This record gives sequence, C-alpha cells and structure tokens, in this order.
Amino acid sequence: MPLLEVRGLEVKFPIRQYELTALRDVSFSLDKGQRLGIVGESGAGKSVAAFAILNLIGRPGYISKGEIIFEGANLAKMSPQQLRTIRGNRINMIFQDPMMTLNPVLTIGTQMIECLQTHQNLSKGKAREVAIEKLRQVQIPSPHERIDQYPHELSGGMRQRVVIAIALLTDPSVIIADEPTTALDVTIQAEIMELLVELCETSDVALMLITHDLGVVSQVTQRTIVMYAGRVVEEGPTRQIIENARHPYTHGLIDALPERTNPGMRLNQIPGVMPSLNAIPKGCSFHPRCEHQTELCRTELPGYVGQEGIRIACHWVASQEQQQ
Amino acid sequence: MIAFLVRRLGQALVVMFIISLISFSIQDNLGDPLRELVGQSVSEAERQELRDEMGLNDPFMVQYWRFLKKAVHGDLGNSYFFKRPALEVIMEKFPATMELVFGATLIILLFSVPVGVYCAINPRSWLTKLMMGLSIVGISIPVFLTAIMLIYLFAIGLGWLPSYGRGETTMVGFWETGLLTRDGLVHLILPSVALSSIMLPLFIRLVRSEMMEVLEQEYIRFAWAKGLSRTRIWFLHALKNTLLPVITVGGVQIGTMIAYTILTETVFQWPGMGFLFLEAVNRVDTPLIIAYLIVVGLIFVITNTIVDLIYGLVNPTVRLAGGQA
Amino acid sequence: MIRYWQLFKESAFLYRFRRDKVAIASFSVLMLLVSLSFLAPLIAPFDPYDPAGIDIMDSDIPPSWQEEGDPRFSLGTDAQGRDMLSTMLYGTRISITIGLFAVLLQLFLGIALGLAAGYFGGRIDSFLMRLADIQLSFSTLMVAIVVLAIFQASFGTELYNDLAIFMLILVIGIAEWPQYARTVRASVLAEKKKEYVDAVRVIGLGSGRIMFRHILPNTLSPILVISTVQVANAIMSEAALSFLGLGMPVNKPSLGSLINSGFEYILSGSWWITTFPALVLILLVLVINLLGDWLRDVLNPKLYKD
Repeated sequence: MPLLEVRGLEVKFPIRQYELTALRDVSFSLDKGQRLGIVGESGAGKSVAAFAILNLIGRPGYISKGEIIFEGANLAKMSPQQLRTIRGNRINMIFQDPMMTLNPVLTIGTQMIECLQTHQNLSKGKAREVAIEKLRQVQIPSPHERIDQYPHELSGGMRQRVVIAIALLTDPSVIIADEPTTALDVTIQAEIMELLVELCETSDVALMLITHDLGVVSQVTQRTIVMYAGRVVEEGPTRQIIENARHPYTHGLIDALPERTNPGMRLNQIPGVMPSLNAIPKGCSFHPRCEHQTELCRTELPGYVGQEGIRIACHWVASQEQQQ
Repeated sequence: MIAFLVRRLGQALVVMFIISLISFSIQDNLGDPLRELVGQSVSEAERQELRDEMGLNDPFMVQYWRFLKKAVHGDLGNSYFFKRPALEVIMEKFPATMELVFGATLIILLFSVPVGVYCAINPRSWLTKLMMGLSIVGISIPVFLTAIMLIYLFAIGLGWLPSYGRGETTMVGFWETGLLTRDGLVHLILPSVALSSIMLPLFIRLVRSEMMEVLEQEYIRFAWAKGLSRTRIWFLHALKNTLLPVITVGGVQIGTMIAYTILTETVFQWPGMGFLFLEAVNRVDTPLIIAYLIVVGLIFVITNTIVDLIYGLVNPTVRLAGGQA
Repeated sequence: MIRYWQLFKESAFLYRFRRDKVAIASFSVLMLLVSLSFLAPLIAPFDPYDPAGIDIMDSDIPPSWQEEGDPRFSLGTDAQGRDMLSTMLYGTRISITIGLFAVLLQLFLGIALGLAAGYFGGRIDSFLMRLADIQLSFSTLMVAIVVLAIFQASFGTELYNDLAIFMLILVIGIAEWPQYARTVRASVLAEKKKEYVDAVRVIGLGSGRIMFRHILPNTLSPILVISTVQVANAIMSEAALSFLGLGMPVNKPSLGSLINSGFEYILSGSWWITTFPALVLILLVLVINLLGDWLRDVLNPKLYKD
C-alpha cells in the first residue's frame, strides 16, 4: 500500500459568479522513502496540488472532489484539528522563497521549538537541543549562536537550510518541497538540493518535489508526473520519461532543456502559452500548442493509456498504441 | 544604540530650534514687554533708555541668543497674568493633561487591538460589519461633539458621572494626581472617552487592515503548514508583525492627541495645559504661550524618541546599534 | 465630450456605484447638502448677515413644533435672535467652502512639492520629505491652533474676524500638504521606473511636459481618494478651530462656531442651538467619509504608507 495516495482530486476557485477549476482529476501515489517529481510550467497547478494535500489552498479555493489517503486516513475529509496533527508533523512542507517563509520578527529558535512543542511533548530545553542538532545536520555553522538570530541576519541559502531543518524536525514521513531552490542564488541551488535529497535518503523520508525544471527532476527523483492546465498528462518512472517521453507536451519540455540545445542555437521553446484557468480549451487542453492535433483533440478530453506504472493522456499516443 | 541616540538627538535639536525661533519671534512681536513693566505713562525718551538698558534694541541674533540661554535654564519669563514664572504655571497643569492622555491611551490600547484583530480574522461576521460601520461614524464625529454628547447624556441626562473638573486630587511629590482617589478617577472617565473617540476607530481600522495584510503573507501560510494552533498563528506570528506599523502610526498620532487635549479640556473645563493655553491666548499672555509651545515641543520629541525605541526593540530588522541594517 | 460621457456611462465605476446603496445614499445626501447650502441666499427664510433683520427679542425660541415655538422659525432661533435654519444654511456653505478651498491649496502645494521631490530626487527630495515628516508629527490641528492663536493675538480680534475665512483656508491648506506630496512622490518614483517615461524622454520632451502630461494622470486615483477624506478632515478641523474660538466669528458663523455659541446655552436648556448644526456637521462629514471609503474600495489605489 502506498504511503500517500491522491485519487481523482479536483480543486475549484469560486470567483464572483464563475467557478474556476484549478485541478481536474489528479491522481498519483507516493511510496515510503520514494522521490516524486511534479513538473509543469507555472500555472499548471503543481503548487495547488501540493498545497491541496494538506488542505492549505488559499481562499477561496476548496477541494471539490477526490480523496487524499495518507496512512489509511482521508486528509480531504479531516477536521482542522485532526489535520493539524498531520501538518508539520507527518507531512511537512518547504516553500519556494526562504526570504518570505520565515517570520521576520521571531528568532530561528522560536520558529523551530514551536513545531516540536506543538507536535511532541518536549520540554523547551529538550526541544532546543533537538533544534540545534537539526541545524547541525543541515550544515549550518555554529548552530548554538544561529538559533538565537533572526531570519534577516542569515543569507538566503542559510535560511533555506533552516527551512529544511524545520521540515525535518519532527521526523516526518513525507516532505513536500515547492520549488525549493528557484528563489536561491544559482551557485548554491545544486548544493541545497543535494543536501535535501541526502537528508531525505538517510531518514527514509518520501519527497514530493514540485518544480518547473526537468533537469532537477531527472537528477533527483524516481518517478515523475507532468502536469498541464490542472491535469496530469503523463506519469512514469523518471528515466523512462526523460529518455522516452511520449506526450507531446513532455517532449516539448525536454527539448526546451538547455543541454538539449546545441551551443549557439536558440532554445527549443514550445510555441504559445499555457491557457489561463478561465479559458481552458475544449478537448485536450494542450491541443492549440500541439503539432499532432487532430479533430478528436479539439473535441474530446483524452483518457489515459499506458502500462506498468506509465500513464499518458493523449489521443495521438493512443492511436499509435492501437496501430502496434 | 549610540548612533541611534545621536541621530535622534540631532532631529530633536532641529525641532526644538524651530520651536525656539517661533517662540522668540512671538515674544518679539506680541505685546510690548515695556508696557507690561512700566505702563503707558512713561515718556518716549525714557522708554528708549529703558529699551537700551533691557537690550531690546540689540541686534536680533544677540537677543535670540539671550532668549535661548535663559530658556535652557528654564527661564521663560513671568506670566503676565499670574505674575509667576510661566514654566512653573505650565508645569503645575502638566500632570492633569498627562493623566488625560494616559486615560485615553489606555482606552485605545485596550480596545483597538482586540477589536481590530477580531475584524481581521472574521472578515465576514456581522459583528465585523457592525464594528466597521460604527468606526466610520466614530471617525466622522468631531471630538468636541462627542464630548458635548457625553456630558449631555451621562452628566446632565443620567447624572452618573461628573461633567467638569478633575475632582479630588492628591499630591505625590510635585505631581498632582487624580488617579488615587475614587472621585478623581470618576472625573477622568468622560474626558478620556471623549479624547479617545476619534483615535479609537482610526486605530481599529488600522489594526484590521494591517492584520489582514499580514495574514496573506507567506510566513503565515508556512505557520499553518507547520500545524501550529490558530491562537499561536494569530496572536504571535501575525499580531507581532501587525503591531510594527501600528506603533509607527501611533507615534505620529501623539501629536494629534495633544492637539485634541485642547478641545477636550475646553469642553470639560479640565484644568490642564491645553485649557491654560487657550486662556493665555485670549489674554495675550505671551510668556505662557511660549512656555506651552516649548513644553509641547519637548513632549513630541520625547514621545517620538520613545516610540522609535519601542519600535526598534520589537522589530529585529531595525538595529539600534547601527551597522548593517 | 460626448465620447467621454459615453465612456463614463459604460465604465465599471458607474456600474459599481449603481449597485452600492450606501454610495448612492451618501452621494445624494452630499449633493443635497451642497446644493441647499449654496442656494442659501435664495431659499433661506432670513438673512443672518443682515443686522437689520434680526430682532434680539426673538432670541432663544425653540423649534416650531415645541410649545413655545414660533412658526416663523422652524428650527428655532439662537441667542442673538437669528433663525437657526437660515444661519445653518449659510454656515454649511462657509464650512464647505473652507473645506474645498483648503483642499485645493493642499492639492496645489502637495502636487508641486511631491512632483519636485520625486522627479528631481537627491537633496531636494530628502529635504522635502524630512520637512514632511516633521510637519506630520506635529499634526494639523496643533499647528493650526498655534498659528491661528498667534495671529489672533497679534492682529486683534476685529481684524482677525474679517480675515478668518482666508486664514482658515491658508492654515489648513498649508498644514496638510505632506499627505499629497508623499503620495505623488511615491507615484512619480514608481512611474519613473516604467519604460514609457524613458521613451517619452527619448522623444525629447522636457521634464515639465513629462510630469504634467504623463505622470500626473497616473496619480489621479490616489489623489481622488485622498482628497475625499481630506475635505472631510478639513471641515472637521475648521469646526474644531471655530469651536475653540479661533475660527469663524459669531457674526459670520460656520457650523463649528454655531456649535460653540450654542454650547454656552446647552445647560440652560437651549439644546437646539448646538444639536442642529452638530447633526448637519456629522452628516456632512460622514457622507464624505463613506464616499471616500467606497472610492478606496473601487479604485483601490496604492496609497502612501510609512
């Protein structure tokens, strides 16, 4: 049985008289200690999916359909009190921008100790020791002094290390990291990512990595989900997807990688832009940007095809499968 | 810390310099000190002689310097009306005004934060709508009208509370206080409520809008993701960030508050500095006017410094020690 | 002109106005008060400025619906025998006039200084902004009280009474310029970063042209929102100053001085001299504030914040 299983998740945002659908029929699962990448352009619904798991979607968004099964319980149906025992305890999050994630008026120590005291019955002194130990694990020099400092006294990279330490504090079984390195200096991005992966590996924590960067995903994760306009369009083992992408959108993403482009050439961008939520095209939502589009793509939402843990939502792929 | 104090001191000096210049020009132009001393019956020649003797014909800067030297030693001249040192007369009334301000500040602090926070975390509740409606009505009623209405209702109509004066006071050292007797406290209620009546809705609205902005911040979302309790998120994580801008605005509003004491004291015949000041204006009692300006200037400078210090203590990103910000 | 009217009629602004009952009610009441007060010479039953038309024997008459009332004076008379209704109509006119002109002066000073500070930057900017800080920390009312008190003491009451309306406009107008200056400056700084200002400069337009033709229109909505609130504040400040006896004299009263003159008689039972002008004053300020609030919601401008 998987550790975390999301089934048929749908998220809606009622805005005035409209109701925008941010996620449509999203399903995936995560095993213990596994690393899963969720990839897509901005606006694809990756972050919404991540926040929906802990029911942290910003108002007025809400989960309208679907189940989120974690250790046998459905998070989507939990009361706020029950959810609090999961949030920051069993499933922890790492946000995009460490400059905005830490509260500017509280010390690092306060922001760490409160997690431990909320979820574990620890004395303040003991909690402080655990916090210092975690700061040491994320390779923050002189943690005894750092713990009493305020976020603004630390560099961006340091702050993200603190956030990672906070995420690891309660020995969770899942960490959801939403673009954890995008806001950082390019020179330290790899370093922070390496640290995160290493720590997840040693503590056997499952990692859900949300990113727009297929390159990172290919180095870090075992399985990958590609999202487009609020829907999963391709899912499979990361190597399979990188080396043998089938969905035209995934193809486009891979072709756009800088290492796939010859030096001096233009990047191979996918033509067009992701549709906004209030203007999602009928049929396959990717069809206006797709070179293989047919009449069918314009009218009918493609179902999933594939085998052995591979899923692709594409009429073109489906027709190829049938020919074989 | 030292750098902060030096900068603050510099600003204070500039402000006090401006006030002293204004004060001095008032003294120079308002009323004739000679007439106050010798009356009208002295001949022109004698007057000129006296003027020379008193240094009234000296160049402006010389006179100003003399004024400044005396002022620094607390000598602002004798009140024409009271025939006593003006500073002494003002300082006798100082405690009355300060206790009034204290009462009003207490009311503002006690109500603005809880109500503002409630309105921010329950934006759709009917109570919030009622509060926001009342607050805009409150802002639209001038302080002196609130004062009159309070007197009319609670003093004349219901007869529950006294309508004027400080009631029974006791001396604690040089400080004449009304806070220690029941009568004194009862007398303080209506004036304090009146003085707080405009500031309170203003602060409720301020706390609410700042808090709503803070609640949208990423670190609050992170706090939710950490599974913290609602009370901890609202009253520690959000409130502490909310209070920073509120403190700054509060500092600016102190000036307004002092101005409103003049109105409140007039309506309630509260024997404070503002009441005295208006009397002094009507009597053209120049030394007393100057003494009031200087004391009020000092109050501004001191309270603004204190507010800055508190801000620095609450906000870790401001370093009082100087160095990198 | 017709095109602009067409645009306005189809705008979201008008649409939201027509759906908001509070806004419609506030606007109607404001328009009613303004038109009644400015038509005062035509509709007021008496001329309160004409000493010949006032009989001291008529003083202190309660409103006409009370037992001792007099049908000639629907809202009663004040201590000098003036008809309350007429005096209030004229008084409201004075209050609104002072409020409007004071805000116009603030606007002029604030925009000029704010544009200068934002556009030239550097020393001019830091000097002006420091000045604004200091002035704001002293509060308008405090500055106005002190300045008017000094003027009253040095001019003598007679001369001062003649000049009162100009002095009030001047003092309230000058004391509040920082509000506008800060907002305009902030807008200028924001606009300066945008490309089109560079583009315009490349075309070779002078700096004055750029400021007035391009930057100023973009600061319109914050200015509109501030102005609404500022008119309310100016009317309140005027009332407070008049109440302290530093504003409009008794023979040419504004709402504030009417309230002041009635305050002496409130204990002897003549409640109407204070109550009616007080109600008009509160209503006037309230509807302006409500409109200001509504404008802030609709236009949602980036206002200056500390």
